[in-house]
Amino acid sequence: MTRTLSCILLSFFIFAATGTTVFADVASDIDKLSAKSTNVKIAAIERLVASGEPVVVAVLTAFLEGNLYARKADGKIIIGKTISGRFTVSDPLAGDDLGAVKKAALDKIRINNRLRTIVRGALGGLTLLSPDKSQRLTAARDVFKSQDIEVITLLEKAIAKETDDAVMVEFRRSLAAVQATNSEDVTVRLAAIKVLSEFTDQDVRALIASLIGREAPAETGAPENLVRTAAENALASIEARLKIWGYVASIFQGLSLGSVLLLAAMGLAITFGVMGVINMAHGEMVMLGAYTTYLVQDLFKTYLATYFDWSILIAIPAAFMVAGLFGVVIERCVIRFLYGRPLETLLATWGISLMLQQLVRSVFGPTNQEVSNPTWMSGTIEVTGGLDLTYNRIWIMVFAVLVFALVTILMKKTAFGLRMRAVTQNRAMASSMGIRTGWVDAMTFGLGSGIAGMAGVALSQIDNVSPNLGQAYIIDSFMVVVFGGVGNLWGTVVGALSLGIFNKFLEPVSGAVLAKILVLVAVILFIQKRPRGLFALKGRAVEG
Amino acid sequence: MKKTFKAVAIAGAVAATFVYGGAVQAAETIKVGVLHSLSGTMAISETTLKDTVLMMIDDINAKGGLLGKKLEAVVVDPASNWPLFAEKTRELIEKEKVDVIFGCWTSVSRKSVLPVIEELNGMLFYPVQYEGEESSRNVFYTGAAPNQQAIPAVEYLMGEEGGEAKRWVLLGTDYVYPRTTNKILRAFLNSKGVKDADIMENYTPFGHSDWQTIVADVKKFASAGLKTAVVSTINGDANVPFYKELGNQGIKAEDIPVVAFSVGEEELAGLDTKPLVGHLAAWNYFMSEESPANAAFIKKWHAFIKDEKRPTNDPMEATYIGFNMWTQAVQQAGTTSVDAVRQAMYGQKVENLTGGVAVMNTNHHLSKPVLIGEIQANGQIETVSKTDGLVVGDAWSDFIPESAKLTADWTYPWVCGNCEKPMHMSMK
Repeated sequence: MTRTLSCILLSFFIFAATGTTVFADVASDIDKLSAKSTNVKIAAIERLVASGEPVVVAVLTAFLEGNLYARKADGKIIIGKTISGRFTVSDPLAGDDLGAVKKAALDKIRINNRLRTIVRGALGGLTLLSPDKSQRLTAARDVFKSQDIEVITLLEKAIAKETDDAVMVEFRRSLAAVQATNSEDVTVRLAAIKVLSEFTDQDVRALIASLIGREAPAETGAPENLVRTAAENALASIEARLKIWGYVASIFQGLSLGSVLLLAAMGLAITFGVMGVINMAHGEMVMLGAYTTYLVQDLFKTYLATYFDWSILIAIPAAFMVAGLFGVVIERCVIRFLYGRPLETLLATWGISLMLQQLVRSVFGPTNQEVSNPTWMSGTIEVTGGLDLTYNRIWIMVFAVLVFALVTILMKKTAFGLRMRAVTQNRAMASSMGIRTGWVDAMTFGLGSGIAGMAGVALSQIDNVSPNLGQAYIIDSFMVVVFGGVGNLWGTVVGALSLGIFNKFLEPVSGAVLAKILVLVAVILFIQKRPRGLFALKGRAVEG
Repeated sequence: MKKTFKAVAIAGAVAATFVYGGAVQAAETIKVGVLHSLSGTMAISETTLKDTVLMMIDDINAKGGLLGKKLEAVVVDPASNWPLFAEKTRELIEKEKVDVIFGCWTSVSRKSVLPVIEELNGMLFYPVQYEGEESSRNVFYTGAAPNQQAIPAVEYLMGEEGGEAKRWVLLGTDYVYPRTTNKILRAFLNSKGVKDADIMENYTPFGHSDWQTIVADVKKFASAGLKTAVVSTINGDANVPFYKELGNQGIKAEDIPVVAFSVGEEELAGLDTKPLVGHLAAWNYFMSEESPANAAFIKKWHAFIKDEKRPTNDPMEATYIGFNMWTQAVQQAGTTSVDAVRQAMYGQKVENLTGGVAVMNTNHHLSKPVLIGEIQANGQIETVSKTDGLVVGDAWSDFIPESAKLTADWTYPWVCGNCEKPMHMSMK
């Protein structure tokens, strides 16, 4: 069987070069893909793979992607694709275009998880020798999962030909997996388990654990079950390594949560921390930023679809402008009349927050809006086996650091920053030095709101874009600012990161609900002890 | 002369009263209360149901109304505030004098309405799947009970088609619906020979947004060498960050399928579903089901809401079925009196949008088909498994010992929502 498969694959390329010869049974097997019973479909897929017809890869790929249809009129199977907004169908065997067809005239051939696994495994076997590197990588991973004994020869052949190191590692991993589970030769299995024990990832761990489950423990007096012992040893060493990486992952998750908190809180650190305005509408500025991202993405989808991946970069300044503008308007129209009256400010900004929520609800509707991750922010990067970090989290951390650096520079190195600090430290003196304090107030509030808007861009990547987005972050933001020390940006950073890490180490032990409560209680106790937070401002500024 | 004048005056006054009274009669309407949150965390889901009821009312009025009267919607906003649900219910019944209420989403809001609606003998149609363990004389439950959603979904994943899962992760939001459902599921899994060591239960607060640790834990739990499946009773806003994290951490449906009971087309609308293809949902309705009734419903919905992109979902169908059953029962009873309509409700039949006929049972739950579907790249859910016939909604789960012996039946001789014996022993 294995030999036939590889022969067939050879002929596959020859056929591809010389043009297709259609066999009647291939056509009938393709027709069977629309059968009701999954078992009939699986049998048809197996025969299709065995036939080695070059069209099989195209048909199975279309099946996997949900592009295979049955024509309602005559039950003929066709491949349908939407190319530049037009839905066209083609014949899977001849490949000729059948023109535009209404979707209503077609029945989609449905696929479920069981079929998907089988099709992926089959395609993996068929594409092991593909000239495309990424295709070979996927093929290797699919073979790892299907563990089909029949691909061993093919894998060995692929390994002999392989020149790329990354693909080679995957091939060896897949080969070991197939051998460890299916080989009849104990020495081959032992060698394979040894190879596997060098890998550190959850998939290999699962594979070895299932091996142990299948091998009966040796009865007393009987010779030792070597495979089981080897597998147990391998599992122990993999788990030991996974445990260490688990701690690293927890720290990463903590830093990531911390950077999200930092982004959300940084704007508040300015409006509340520096200016002393209890701004309950801060969360809504974050939400406005997220909706701006949605709008920008929507514009890109309509007008600049090819550059969609970069829409986020445009969304960042746009969100800053929108939220900043709202902030300036709110400051000029409401907050400036309420300086020195914290209770009224609290109530007024809370009212504003409700109004903004309802405004967004009326304009965009109450449902979530779709903001998608650009491709460079999707998926994971495997740092080493056992430590996968998600790209969107990494980018959000980078973004948080950048925003923080910009804000610090703005505060410490620019004339505007100087005026801002002057006004907050001694308003009367600043005013008598010729600084337009009202204007500085408006700009400062606008800056804080704008930063909240930029946080919204980041949050739109991991959270809901709904009118309630802001409410979820307002309490956390206040907690971070108060914990870190009001009026101190560095305090906000340390506060956010330590709360993030504390939360992530607590969560696996206590569960998410209790972790949240414990963090809150801990912060309250801490504030009792040090009312001014981690890094209290010292000197005259405190009295102001 | 004086006397005559007086008589005429009286006659005139009486006539005037009659004429005026007549005018009032003609303008009289049947009031329908709509009790769905239009603000707060649940607005995302419930606003759609408010619009569905309004659409159905428009439809009836266009056809000439009910019992010769027009229907009038009384919409209130309980603002996702559970105690406010009770107050608004009292306002609807006592002040607005509505004849029926369509409303509630979360179980906690329904529990809050319950004492009021029972005290005032109102009628509530509750359109959302829930945890069961309840049957009130004044509530009709048109969403799924656990045996119409949770149990079939788990059975599917245990079967060959679903991948023969042996290990289970039960993820939920921390409140009454997920906790009760998971209690039932744990008992069910135990009865199927799944050990407690192979079940992981985890609860998160409402609106939980950082799923890194939990998704990583699920991955770890799934690497013990047995096929693992996740059952999600995560509700509301927390779903989007959960699915985003699943997609980003690369959990494929073929490896670890996630079946959700509270995620429908509406919730998926805010998500890029390409990384999620193959994850499952269990409901009694999917928008993608092909039937003439469904096509007509979707068309009507899009025309009403003036947005071609708005999806339809299961609670909308449940509202549709409940509303139609109520209008049929009112017509049959010839009155909107709660007691008469209640009697007329039993055995009431309405065609499902997905084919087949839903029947109202005497335990106030429906008989409906159960669909299990997989999420597609376009945000739709396509059926991969459908029960052959109708499944009768079970108010009291058979898998919890203390509720297995209870019966809900509001007709003679039981006349009871949670009894071990009939209230009236049959006379011989």
